[in-house]
Amino acid sequence: MELVQKALKGNRRAIARLISITENEEKEAVTALREMFPLTGKAHIVGITGPPGSGKSTMTDKLVKELRKRGKKVAILAVDPASPFSGGAILGDRVRMSDLNLDEGVYIRSLSTRGKLGGLSKATHYAVKILDACGFDYIFIETVGVGQSEVDIIKTADSILVVTVPGLGDDIQAIKAGILEIGDIFIVNKADRDGANRVVIELEMMLGLNAEKDEWDHPILMTVASENKGIIEVVESVIRHKEHLDKTGLLGKRRRERLETEVLELVVQNMARYVNEKFVKGGSFQEEIDKLVRKENDPYTLVQSILADTVK
Amino acid sequence: MSEKQIRVLVAKPGLDGHDRGAKVIARALRDAGMEVIYSGLRQTPEQIVAAAVQEDVDVVAMSLLSGAHNHLFPKVVKLLAEEGSEDVLVLGGGVIPDADIPYLKENGIAEVFTPGTPTGKVIEYIKNNVRQA
Amino acid sequence: MYDKEKLKEISLSKEEWEKGQVAKTLSRFKERKENFETTSGITVERLYTPLENQDTDYMKDLGMPGEYPYTRGVQPTMYRGRFWTMRQYAGFATAEDSNKRYRYLLDQGQTGLSVAFDLPTQIGYDSDAEIAQGEIGKVGVAIDTLQDMETLFNQIPLDKVSTSMTINAPASVLLAMYIAVAEKQGVTPDKLQGTIQNDILKEYAARGTYIYPPEPSMRLITNIFEFCSKNVPNWNTISISGYHIREAGSTAAQEVAFTLADGIAYVDAAIKAGLDVDGFAGRLSFFFNAHNDLLEEVAKFRVARRLWAKIMRERFGAKNPRSWMLRFHTQTGGSTLTAQQPENNIVRVAIQTLAAVLGGTQSLHTNSKDEALALPSEESVRIALRTQQIVAYESGVCDTIDPLAGSYYVESLTNEIEKKALEYIEKIDALGGAAKAIEQGYIQKEIADSSYAYQKEVEANERIVVGMNKFQVEEKPIEGLLRVDPSVGEAQVKKLKALKESRDNVAVKSKLSVLREAAKTDANLMPYILDAVRVYASEGEICDVMREIFGEYRPVEIL
Repeated sequence: MELVQKALKGNRRAIARLISITENEEKEAVTALREMFPLTGKAHIVGITGPPGSGKSTMTDKLVKELRKRGKKVAILAVDPASPFSGGAILGDRVRMSDLNLDEGVYIRSLSTRGKLGGLSKATHYAVKILDACGFDYIFIETVGVGQSEVDIIKTADSILVVTVPGLGDDIQAIKAGILEIGDIFIVNKADRDGANRVVIELEMMLGLNAEKDEWDHPILMTVASENKGIIEVVESVIRHKEHLDKTGLLGKRRRERLETEVLELVVQNMARYVNEKFVKGGSFQEEIDKLVRKENDPYTLVQSILADTVK
Repeated sequence: MSEKQIRVLVAKPGLDGHDRGAKVIARALRDAGMEVIYSGLRQTPEQIVAAAVQEDVDVVAMSLLSGAHNHLFPKVVKLLAEEGSEDVLVLGGGVIPDADIPYLKENGIAEVFTPGTPTGKVIEYIKNNVRQA
Repeated sequence: MYDKEKLKEISLSKEEWEKGQVAKTLSRFKERKENFETTSGITVERLYTPLENQDTDYMKDLGMPGEYPYTRGVQPTMYRGRFWTMRQYAGFATAEDSNKRYRYLLDQGQTGLSVAFDLPTQIGYDSDAEIAQGEIGKVGVAIDTLQDMETLFNQIPLDKVSTSMTINAPASVLLAMYIAVAEKQGVTPDKLQGTIQNDILKEYAARGTYIYPPEPSMRLITNIFEFCSKNVPNWNTISISGYHIREAGSTAAQEVAFTLADGIAYVDAAIKAGLDVDGFAGRLSFFFNAHNDLLEEVAKFRVARRLWAKIMRERFGAKNPRSWMLRFHTQTGGSTLTAQQPENNIVRVAIQTLAAVLGGTQSLHTNSKDEALALPSEESVRIALRTQQIVAYESGVCDTIDPLAGSYYVESLTNEIEKKALEYIEKIDALGGAAKAIEQGYIQKEIADSSYAYQKEVEANERIVVGMNKFQVEEKPIEGLLRVDPSVGEAQVKKLKALKESRDNVAVKSKLSVLREAAKTDANLMPYILDAVRVYASEGEICDVMREIFGEYRPVEIL
C-alpha cells in the first residue's frame, strides 16, 4: 500500500491517515495492518495513568522531552473519554504538549472512547502497531485511570506508570484498584505539596500487601513535573524496567499473551460481525426466532446450526 | 463497526487570549457528536498545522479577536496545502470585518463566522461541507 | 428595620392581593414566563415589599456613604462633589497615533487617560519577534522601549493627568517606563497618579496574557506593591479585575466572587512577603463590568463594596478605613454589543452607564458602538463619551447618593448576590485559594459552564438579544471602520532596530545581567527594571531575562 510505504518513511500525514483508517475500520485497514505487522515489536510501550489533576500530561511532556534529549523517537496516544450523550468529545491534552508539536521526532494523537464498548482499546491497539512499525522507539499511552476500558488499554503497555498527587482527598483510593495492581512504576507528582510523604508511605503499604510475584522492585518516585524535578529518575526507571523485562523474558511472555488475546478477540468480533450480517440483517433470523416463539425449535439447536454454518 | 466521526481542531492562533468563543464552539461541536481537539492559546500557524496533520482532522476552526486574521488564517491554509492536506475544511471566526471576508475566502478560508452566529449554523455548515472519506 | 405589627399587616395584604387581584388577572392572562431570573440565576419575584428585607439592619448592612461597610459608596458626598473620572480606553498602531488620540480625548473633556497596549507588548515580546508579526499595533499601541513611551506621552504633563495602563504580566516594565518618562519631564514619582492593571490571576483564568508561572508572577506583583508604597504613593498598584471574567462568560455573582477571591490571594501574598496590610491595601483598586440587567448590576457593585470591606476588616484585620474601601473602575460590557444593528449598542451602553453610576463607580469607560466589529472610530468614541456626559449632566441621578438604596428589590438582590458570592469564596478557600483553584481549572470551568449555558439560552431564544435573535433586519456591510495599516508593523520594527543600534549596548547588557542575578535572589526587582529601561533596554529583552529565570506558564484547559 502506498500509504503504508509513505508512513514507514516517516510521513506524518500518512501515519495519521492510517490511524484513522484503522480506527474507523475502513476497508484498507486489514491490508495495511497486515503489511505493517512484520515490522512491529521494537517499540517500548509505556502506559501512563492517574486521576484527573495529577499532572499526567505535563509528566508525559517532560518524559518525552528527556527521551528526545537521548535521541529517541516518541509517539503519544492521549486517550480521553467521550461524552456519554452525544458520542462527541473534547480532547484537550495536546494543550500541555504544544511545544512538542513541531518536533519531527514526536507524534501526538488524541483518541476518544467513541461511546462504543471495546472500540477504543481496539483503536489504541492498532495505533500502537502502526507507530511501532513506523519506527518510534517509545509509545506513550496516556489516560485517566477510570473505567474498565481504560484499565484494559493500559494493560497492553510494557511498562505501566501510575501517577498520583497529594491532596486529592482519599489519595490512594483515587487510583483505581485494578490499576494499582498492574502498576510497574509509581509516581507521586507535585511532591512539593504538603502530604507527599504520606502518599508515599500509603503506596508502600498498599504495594507491600500485594505480595511480590516477580523480582521487580516497583519503585515509588517523587516528582515536580512542572519544574522538571525527578524526571530523569522516572526515565531511568522506565529504562531499567525495560531491561528487566528483557532479561527475565517477561517481555516475550507478555507479548505472546497479548497476541493470544488479540487473535481470540478478533475471531470473536469477526464471527459476531459475520453472524450479524449473514443472519440478522440478511438472513432468516426473524423466521428462526418465530420458530422459537412457537416452540418449534430451541435456542441451543439454533445456535449450533448458526455456528456450523459460520465456520464452514 | 464504528462509524466515521468528524474530527475538528479548534485553534487559537496568534497572541489573542479571548477564548470564550472557541470554548463555546468546542462544546457545541462536541454536543453535536464530533471529536474536538482543542489547541489552547497562542498557537503559531506551524503548530496548528502540525496538530491538524497528526490528528488527521477534517476541519480546522480558528477563532481570533485581535485583528491579525489576515496575517494568520491564510498562512494556515498555505501550510496545510504544503503538507498535502488541502482537503481539510478551514473555518474562521471572531471579530472580522465584513470587508476582510472576501480576501480570506480567496485565500482558502471556506467560511467566516462573525459574532452572533448561532453555533447550529456552524455545525450545519461543517456537516454539509466536510470532506467525504 | 420595620415595625413587626406593620410587617404583619403587609404580609396579610400581600396574601390577599395574590389570591384576589393577581389570581384574577392570571386566570385571564398568563405572565410572559413561568420563572423570571436574573443572569446570575436569582429568582425574581413578582413584587418586593419590606417583607423580603425584614432582616436588614440599616447601620450594619448599609451605613452612611464614606463609612463602613461602604454599601452606599466610598465617598461622603459622591457625585455631588465631582463626577467619576471619564476615562476612555484607547491606543492603537504607533505611539504617535495614540498620542494624537489621547490629546483629542483630553480636548473633548475626558479627564483621565487609559492606555491599551498591543498583544506583543502585553505578553512581553518586542515588535521584531516572529510571534508578534500580524499583531503589532492591532489591539493597542506597540511599546518596545522607553523611546516609544516618550512619544506616547509627548506634550502630556504627567503631573496633571492620571493614567491607567492595561498591562499585567509585564506591568513592572511599563510602570518603570512611565516613571522614566516622568523623570525626563521633570516630574518626580511621588507626583504620579494612575493605575496599572497588574492582575495576573484573571489572566490565567479569563484573559490569557500571562507570561510567567503564578509564583514569580505574584512576587513581581508584591514587588510593585512595596516599591510604590515607598516611591509612588499615589499610584494604584493593581486593578483587580472582574471585567474580563465577565467577558469570558461568567454571571454577575461569579464576577464579584472570583474578583474578590483574586483580591484575597493578592493580599495574602503581600502579607506573606512581609508587607503590612495597611501599608498597601489602600492602593488596591478594582475593575468591573457593567451589563444590561440594570438593577442586578447596581446590586452587584454594592455587594462588592460591602463584602470587600468585611473581608479587609474581619479577615485581614486592616485598621485603616482606606484599606476597607473598594474603589473601582467600570467598563461597559463589550460582550453585550452586537455586530448586528450596531446603533442599538449606543442604547445598551447608556443603560450600562446608568448601572455603573447608580452603582457608585469611581471611573468609567463606555464602549463604542462599533466595537463588536473593529477598533472604534473617532466619531463613535465621541458618542460613547457623550453618553457619560449626558448621564452626568442631564439625568439627575448624580444629585443624591446611591439613589436606589431602599428599593425593596435592589436591597433584596444585593443580599442574594452576596450570598452566592460568599458560597463561591468559601469553595475557593477550601480549594486552597484563588491561585490553586485556577491551577485546578475550577474557576475556568465555572466560567465556561456559565458562558455555554448563556449561549444555549440565546440560541433557544429563551434570552432575547435585540437585533440578533429577534427583530433582525437585512443589513449592508458597514463602512468606514478604523483599520490599522499593516505598514505600521514594519515601521515599528524598523524603528526598534534603529534604536537597538544607536543605544549604549554595553550599558544595556550590564543592566540586564544585573537584573538576571537579582531575579535569582528574592530582591525587589523594580529598581533593576527601572535601571534597564532608562538605558533603553527593550520590554522584550527585560521579559526574556525573567523568562530565563522564572520559566513560562502552562495553561490548564478543562473543557
